[in-house]
Amino acid sequence: MKFERYGKGIAKGMMVTLKHLFRHPVTVQYPEQRLHTSRRIRGNELVWDNIKCTGCATCAKTCPLGAIQIVTSVNAVENKYKVEKIEVDTGYCIQCGLCVEACPYNALFMGYAYERAKYRRAEVIQTNEALLASKERQPSGYAHPEIAEKLPEQTLLLERIFEEE
Amino acid sequence: MVLSNPGINTLFRAASLPPDWPGGFWWHWLVFTVIILAFVLTLVMGFIWFERRGMGRMQARIGPNRVGPFGLLQPVADAVKVLIKEDIIPAKADRLVHWLAPIVAFTPVLLVFAVVPFQNGALLADLNIGILYVVAVSSVTAVGIFMAGWGSSNKYALLGAMRDIASVVSYEIPVVISIVSVVLIAGSLSLNQIVLAQTLPFILFQPLAFLIFFIGASAEINRAPFDLLEADSEIVAGFHTEYSGMKFALFYLVEYGEALAISAITATIFLGGWRGPWLPPWLWFLIKIGAVFFFMVWIRTTVPRVRIDQLMALAWKFLFPLALINLVITGTEVLVWPEGLPWFLIFVNFAIAAVLILLWSKLFRLGWGRVEVRTIR
Repeated sequence: MKFERYGKGIAKGMMVTLKHLFRHPVTVQYPEQRLHTSRRIRGNELVWDNIKCTGCATCAKTCPLGAIQIVTSVNAVENKYKVEKIEVDTGYCIQCGLCVEACPYNALFMGYAYERAKYRRAEVIQTNEALLASKERQPSGYAHPEIAEKLPEQTLLLERIFEEE
Repeated sequence: MVLSNPGINTLFRAASLPPDWPGGFWWHWLVFTVIILAFVLTLVMGFIWFERRGMGRMQARIGPNRVGPFGLLQPVADAVKVLIKEDIIPAKADRLVHWLAPIVAFTPVLLVFAVVPFQNGALLADLNIGILYVVAVSSVTAVGIFMAGWGSSNKYALLGAMRDIASVVSYEIPVVISIVSVVLIAGSLSLNQIVLAQTLPFILFQPLAFLIFFIGASAEINRAPFDLLEADSEIVAGFHTEYSGMKFALFYLVEYGEALAISAITATIFLGGWRGPWLPPWLWFLIKIGAVFFFMVWIRTTVPRVRIDQLMALAWKFLFPLALINLVITGTEVLVWPEGLPWFLIFVNFAIAAVLILLWSKLFRLGWGRVEVRTIR
């Protein structure tokens, strides 16, 4: 005789839920708590290298949204272009990274930040200096194998939560 | 009846002797009506919070934690939100029935607490037919729910109401029979007398009756595994599909008020009510209510919703025969030991319960017409 329907399954299930009651909840309460991001992710902001950039405007041509605008002037003495203005309208940007892949002089990078939401429409547009690399705006390894191979080998998901004061 | 009241609270002690109150019996009624109203309303709010937080933690979430410390004010915020919403009545609704339904559903929930003792003799009315009164009054809620389903002139609402009537009518029988076996041991229908009779909680002498009562009662008040009258995936929201604003709030209150009532009744007749060492009796009562409600929440997070044929089959093919057998066994025991059951019957009854459940699970099968899918090994 085989007994099966006397409530063994329910008892098992209830032990599972009881176990969950005493574990830490997985919820990350986003604005106050954040997950540590891995060094190997690719954020959705653009980082621009003004020394390498020749003002060829390949990025502006590749951009499927036309979000990049470059104004150049001719530097006749050194026989090269001078970038007067590079302007990225991140409101249009779809973070596809095609500009970074297309850049023939490796002057564009994707950064690490993923919080590009702004309160005002004007703040969405980034011009010249706002695009430069800084301590907060490090270039990530996306489409740049020379950077990627220096990054620590880690998974994309880091589970540790830290809280902001 | 022995009034050996160890109580600290003089208010409750005075309440056990109503005619001695200055001004007579009316003060007793007034005080206890206010106490019951406050008790039900605050504890329902607490339960809503407790259920949402507890369910959240069991599902590895946090639950509401924004309003007030630990989200304690979330039910208050929800209440305010729902009270200022527009009250919509469908064009083809039966306006009178639609308006009356929440009231008819809500009143019996409050009425049940009239006979629940918070301490020895501390209750609104010590009816000598207390538990019968509870059974009779609590099923009036089903009328209110059916009125809601009928009055909304909405097919989903009517379907939900019909399911509720089906479950209430079916589960009433095993619940009442399991109550009867408790009454046999206690020798009284009065809830206060039942508590006084429990030198050991009756759950030890009546494990099977407790199980049947708990399952049946949760089905009657449509707690989670049996909540198919408001199965959102099938019939929108069941009987309260067409309700909004204050009337919806009343139905929400009914849902948790019933859960509170069932927790209180279970605590009273199976867990020893206000009896317990060291702590004051009313605190023991609250702790036991909380424990039973926690068990309900625990089941709700674990067990998925049943089908309507499973619901009916469980009532008629499993709980009903087992309740009858349990009643016969209890009757025999009471006949053999008329002056109180000896303690070794605890083990005997637990063994009987286990054997009965095991054997009956072998006999139990779902509807004969339907072929169940079996994996072939």
